[in-house]
Amino acid sequence: MRERLHGRSGWVIALLVGVLAFAITVQWRQAEEADDFSGVRGAELAELLRSLDATNARLTQQIDDLRASRDDLRDSNESTAEAREAAIRRANALAILAGTVGAEGPGIEISITAPPGAVTASVLLDAVQEMRDAGAEVIAINGVARVVASTWFLDDDAGVRVSGRVLKPPYVMEVIGDPDTLADAVTFRGGLADRVESRGGTVEIEKRRQIQVTAVADAPEHQYARPASED
Amino acid sequence: MIPVIGLVAGIALGLLLQPTVPSGLQPYVPIAIIAALDAVVGAARALIEGRFDDRVFVISFVSNVAIAAVMVFLGDQLGVGSQLSTGVIVVLGIRIFANAAAIRRSIFHA
Repeated sequence: MRERLHGRSGWVIALLVGVLAFAITVQWRQAEEADDFSGVRGAELAELLRSLDATNARLTQQIDDLRASRDDLRDSNESTAEAREAAIRRANALAILAGTVGAEGPGIEISITAPPGAVTASVLLDAVQEMRDAGAEVIAINGVARVVASTWFLDDDAGVRVSGRVLKPPYVMEVIGDPDTLADAVTFRGGLADRVESRGGTVEIEKRRQIQVTAVADAPEHQYARPASED
Repeated sequence: MIPVIGLVAGIALGLLLQPTVPSGLQPYVPIAIIAALDAVVGAARALIEGRFDDRVFVISFVSNVAIAAVMVFLGDQLGVGSQLSTGVIVVLGIRIFANAAAIRRSIFHA
């Protein structure tokens, strides 16, 4: 039997085994670099393609969803920022009105020099009224008393009591508003200037492009009043 | 000894030439390899059992490869190519295992 493996038939067997080894080697290498789909059957390729299409459609859908929600978020962010800005503007306006923050801007400075007792609370109150009439936005007296909605004036032995604070002459009013209009409101016939001068005092007006009011009003704690609910 | 020379020569040729399988043959080569392996293992069993016949080996080798290729081709034409090649591989695998078990019994008597 052994000798059958030699001779002509032995070579035929060797050839077949060689072909097999050759095929295995080639196929081995092929399988290692089988990243391409050349060895895949048509039906499998179609299946692969279909699943890729499905995945693609799903991911596209997901992209659209995410993009939409991103746009939504961006919109709401913008409107939030707008609302915030509006709220800040409103808060600033209200803070100036309530006198809880310092203020600056063009305006006039009125210095009232008068003998003791000549300038009473009613004179100061009238002056404040005239200033408001002329469009004053911020008024402070002697740099300490900010005139706001709840400010009150009362005659006192030493001078004038403004919202509980005693002010002594000379009085200096810092008023923020249109300087020319404010100055006219002081000097018109029968106005503040006339009134003080008739009592032996003097009024000086200085128009300034920049007045800084640092006095702030005490923010009142309301004991009785509550905001009426709007809804 | 000569078949070993053929084995070495085949591996060396495959490594040196590094050919690529033509795409038309690609579904058939793995099946053909399994079929040829079945023939070789069967031949080894016959050799050990002392009833090796080179004529039988050559014919079984060639016919195994040819039948396997034809079956895969037929399966592809009928649209059941992947199932049929799986079936062919399973059957050939069983035969290889059976022959290997016989060889093991002859050598180790276990």
